[in-house]
Amino acid sequence: MTTTVERPELITPEERGGPDAHGTDGHGPADHDLDAAHQEHHGPTGILNWLTSTDHKVIGKSYMITSLVLFFIAGIMALVIRAQLLDPSASLVSFQTYNQLFTMHGSLMLYLFAGPFAFGGLANYIVPLQCGAPDMAFPRLNALSYWLYLGGSITMLSGFLVAGGAASFGWVAYAPLSNATNSPGAGADLWLMALALTGFSAIFTGVNLVATILYLRAPGMTMFRMPIFSWNMLVTGILILIAFPVLFAAVVMLFCDRHFGTHIFSVEGGGSPILWQHLFWFFGHPEVYILALPYFGMVTDIIPVFSRKPLFGYRGMVFATMSIAALSTGVWAHHMFTTGVVLLPFFSLLSYLIAVPTGIKFFNWIGTMWRGQLSFKAPMLFSIGFLFAFLMGGVTGVLLASPPVDFMTHDTYFVVAHFHQVLIGTTVFAGFAGFYFWYPKMFGRMLHEGLGKIHFWLLFIGFWVTFMPQYLVGLHGMPRRVATYAPDTGWGTLNVISSIGAFIIGISFLFFLVNLWMAWRKPIPAGGNPWDGHALEWFTSSPPPHHNFTHLPPIRSERPTWDYNHPDHRTVVHKGGDKKIAAHQGDKEDQKVGASS
Amino acid sequence: MKVIALFLMGIGVFFGVIGLIYWFWGYEDAGFLMLIGTAGLGLLPGSYYLWWTYHMKGRPDDDPDADVEEGAGTVDSFPGSSIWPFILGMGCLLAALTFIFGLWLAPMAAALILSAVIGGTVESRRGGNV
Repeated sequence: MTTTVERPELITPEERGGPDAHGTDGHGPADHDLDAAHQEHHGPTGILNWLTSTDHKVIGKSYMITSLVLFFIAGIMALVIRAQLLDPSASLVSFQTYNQLFTMHGSLMLYLFAGPFAFGGLANYIVPLQCGAPDMAFPRLNALSYWLYLGGSITMLSGFLVAGGAASFGWVAYAPLSNATNSPGAGADLWLMALALTGFSAIFTGVNLVATILYLRAPGMTMFRMPIFSWNMLVTGILILIAFPVLFAAVVMLFCDRHFGTHIFSVEGGGSPILWQHLFWFFGHPEVYILALPYFGMVTDIIPVFSRKPLFGYRGMVFATMSIAALSTGVWAHHMFTTGVVLLPFFSLLSYLIAVPTGIKFFNWIGTMWRGQLSFKAPMLFSIGFLFAFLMGGVTGVLLASPPVDFMTHDTYFVVAHFHQVLIGTTVFAGFAGFYFWYPKMFGRMLHEGLGKIHFWLLFIGFWVTFMPQYLVGLHGMPRRVATYAPDTGWGTLNVISSIGAFIIGISFLFFLVNLWMAWRKPIPAGGNPWDGHALEWFTSSPPPHHNFTHLPPIRSERPTWDYNHPDHRTVVHKGGDKKIAAHQGDKEDQKVGASS
Repeated sequence: MKVIALFLMGIGVFFGVIGLIYWFWGYEDAGFLMLIGTAGLGLLPGSYYLWWTYHMKGRPDDDPDADVEEGAGTVDSFPGSSIWPFILGMGCLLAALTFIFGLWLAPMAAALILSAVIGGTVESRRGGNV
């Protein structure tokens, strides 16, 4: 059925019996709104609902569940890799299997978990809610994205079932290793086709996010009142549109090289293997920020809520996001310093520059917490864990941006440790911060706080135990992607420590699974607004009704739900708007109550 | 509207400048072309938005004083549920696998994609059903 969506009406405190009736106890105003009959939805249920739904909330949840399953599969691969490296000459898996494992671990984590979890899962669910939109701009395109993503994921994993096994050339698929002579077999082709399918899925989601944010915001929700998560998703959407078409083009070229006799990446036919690296990293480096910016956004939305303060430096955050995104597209060849054919000072300089907006972000996150009323719930703990983890990854990134240092450490475990700290900092610490934060909104029930804290602390400890030794072992010269190493190198102890850390990380996720299971078996109702949140998604019920809102509050600042629930502590950013709110509340004195928090 | 126009034009200008610096410093074709392409990606929609910024009435979502009532009326019509995205997705999957496992998959892929394209179009036209 096609449904026509009318804009929900304005809700005023009188209609509710005053904001204090619901606002100050931390529960949202929308708990009683489900009686609005015109929003009811009669569609198919069960598996048919999953197959046919075009609701962004159903698709977002499907994305999230699929990407978490892939995250666990890739995590188990990582544990096998670490078990193999426990002993210098272990033979847990064959060399060929080892190559497949690290290739698929990287590919699943980067292409199929980290990105889709953010822009297909959480953003799909949360961005329309934060903007006050009834759905994504193109609901059927949104559904198509999910099916392409699921098809691509199955395609990539099915590489393990074909003769010759899955792709084994690393997640970057450098030419000429990835050509038909060096990597024969269907596994590599399945890998390429999976990238084509999931690449298009990402492009469609990017289009959808950009269109939703540009055209479906609620009245009064100006660009500079959008929550930072939505801002970051707009920038991420544009980065997707810049980066993924290049990946698709590169994949098509490589496929033609493998099967149709072209010589785009082979020297003997007059092609250039370096071209693959240029194309791949022109996708690959923005991709790193496609994986980072959504998670920055999550943390930026979480820290103010648990500090009970408005975000410090809102505009600074927006411009920092934009400059990070812009610079990230000009630094691709810092992955190619050792090829000897790239412009070292250009790429080094731009890479250094990224540290400036990232530093601004750190400053603003700390400024938001400064003198706030901090409460260390699980989402806040994960956010703070992200600050530490990403700082370490970021600082070593600045080191690696220096060509002399990069020449020494390229392709060693130093680089492995660096990018794992960056990506686990963002996708795991910040990603699970977002998951713990928005889970009550998505499922209408709370996760267990104590189990969440155990999950965090084990993950946090395991994270440092795993990756700090890898920096050292990298500085001692251990190359990446080796399945065995000589016993007299002295790398053994550090590898054992690193593997123990990896198993601690693995155990921490058992607590996460137990937590999900408990929330499923013994639900604790969350209410509309369990955290006393700031943005519009906390105004509606949990989970939101079909087409999201039965009522909307007046939007006069970047935290409309907070303003509505705490009229004495509103963020006043616009004089005219302030008068209108006061008129709605029938409280003329209130005009004089200025910005207090 | 204006914020978005300036944002997109900013992308275009930034990558134009970076692309030119890159070309006159390194004379490397691949990166230069990609940077200039990215500049176009910003300038094309950016100029469209900039033109409309001055040729249409401001929208309530860009007005800091707008009330929710000002956006009243029909926002849009959204399909409630549709099977065609699933059919199209599976058709694309089979089409991709055709390149690996051979042409025998092509008729099935073509059938799925064609039926989804037709079905989806008809569905939009008559505001239809699953």
